Amino acid sequence: MTVPQQEEIRVPVGEPGSMSVIQARRLSKHYGQTVAVAGLSFDVEPGRVTGFLGPNGAGKSTTMRMILGLDRPSGGDVLIGGKHYGDLRHPLRRVGALLDAKAVHGGRSARDHLLCMAQSNALPASRVEEVLATVGLSAAAKRRIGGFSLGMSQRLGIAAALLGDPEILLFDEPVNGLDPEGILWIRTLMRKLAAEGRTVFVSSHLMSEMAQTADHLIVIGKGELIADTSVSEFIGRSSQGYVRVRSNRLAEVADLLGAGELHADHLRVTSMSAGDVGVLTMKAGLPLEELVFVQPTLEAAYMELTKETTEYEAVAS
Amino acid sequence: MTGEVLRSEWTKMRSVRSTMWTLISAAVLMLVIGGLLSFAVSNSAEESAEFSVDQALNISLGGLQFAALAIATLGVLVISGEYRTGMIRTSLLGVPQRLRLLAAKVAVFTVVSLVVTTAAAFAAFFLGQAFLGTKNLDAAIGDPGVMRAVFGAALFLTASGLFGLALGALIRHTPGALVAVIALNLVLPQMAQMLQMLPGEWGPTVARYFTSNAGTLVARVMPAEGALGPWTGFGVYLVWIAVPMVAAAILLRRRDA
Repeated sequence: MTVPQQEEIRVPVGEPGSMSVIQARRLSKHYGQTVAVAGLSFDVEPGRVTGFLGPNGAGKSTTMRMILGLDRPSGGDVLIGGKHYGDLRHPLRRVGALLDAKAVHGGRSARDHLLCMAQSNALPASRVEEVLATVGLSAAAKRRIGGFSLGMSQRLGIAAALLGDPEILLFDEPVNGLDPEGILWIRTLMRKLAAEGRTVFVSSHLMSEMAQTADHLIVIGKGELIADTSVSEFIGRSSQGYVRVRSNRLAEVADLLGAGELHADHLRVTSMSAGDVGVLTMKAGLPLEELVFVQPTLEAAYMELTKETTEYEAVAS
Repeated sequence: MTGEVLRSEWTKMRSVRSTMWTLISAAVLMLVIGGLLSFAVSNSAEESAEFSVDQALNISLGGLQFAALAIATLGVLVISGEYRTGMIRTSLLGVPQRLRLLAAKVAVFTVVSLVVTTAAAFAAFFLGQAFLGTKNLDAAIGDPGVMRAVFGAALFLTASGLFGLALGALIRHTPGALVAVIALNLVLPQMAQMLQMLPGEWGPTVARYFTSNAGTLVARVMPAEGALGPWTGFGVYLVWIAVPMVAAAILLRRRDA
């Protein structure tokens, strides 16, 4: 009689009950008096890119390290597929992670670095060559990692995350230090991984970056959950949208509408739609040079939400 | 299941140049210092001179303390290097069972070190005896206790390396761990020797039981009057190593990586 191996009884992605792959419950971390993470509860689900957003120092990296069993939570719990990371056998086959791309031994070659990781999880050496090719580092496989640029290190870190062909991927600030081409590459890769049904959890302090990659957002500030919502809902929450009107008879337009904020070269209207503005001004025979609804940006929504929780704020002097 | 972690640790060890060079330098120190010392002694020895087996052995193993320093450095580096670079986090992602990771590191280090130091100890012995033999001052490998003592030199060296590894795992900081192991293995034992001059019993006892003072006895044929036996001495040395190793294991499980 053969006992099924642990990794053979994984629940197929997409089946009921397996939906929440990462589950954090009242997760906390204190360092002495400093609270890094304060009672975070959230689920990360498969088949989409979940952005983990917050200002620098909000507790994103600490949370990721707790998910991966590197840091011990001060309170609460976090499970991956119903288990603690430390209880996974061959964890690299289930979870791939890119934390700090520079946290490698600079004296080792890229190939040896990946080889020792592969061996520790009984992965064939052929996987090393495959992931090196995937990230475009085949030509640099023999070079010592110490001489790598940040962009190359980042690619190596991604190769390491992909090594075990895992269904769950965590990336901590993956676009840091990448050139535009690299950023586009990683964005495409994350979208592709999610489209394959994998769980992709990616942290960033850049809202603009998340706007282009993520489907879902978990926003934290000072270690606390601020929002756990889809990207479109997150934008919708913001009241920053407005209608911008330009005209060479702007004062008359403002009088006519009896609403809006008069700026030097345009009028900002929040109380009526662009259509209403158009109809009213046409009836009055006032010519318009521009009539446009300005979408609230994710950036603005984010700034508004995290304004009160930013740990380090620039003080106007 | 454990084989895979052992293979991974071996890859880690062999793929970093500094660790391989440190290992080689330990072997070279054994050979060069033992050889030079034997050559010098045999050259300056008078025709009528006579050496005991212990003296002849000791001269050829004259590089022991220097090699111990190199091996202890290597022990520190294999673990503190991971902390210095942050590689430890990558290692723990692959093997989150932390004690398994530490055990594999210790096992690979022990085997690699034993192979290299055994070869170095025997090579140094035979080289030294060849020089001493020119004046008929040499000991033979078949003389009582010699085989054990030469192999004992390899055991002491490997244990010194494990001392470094334990302190490295405990302190997690290369310079700190290096200072600790040099102090405990080389400097303080010498200072402890001076305690033997004190009247009373406790001075000599401390000196006898202090780290390498006890640990090197396994590489000697005739211990001095009142000294511990070779295996007892080595056992005492292993206890010195076990203390930081156990502390490191406990902290490794509890500390954030």
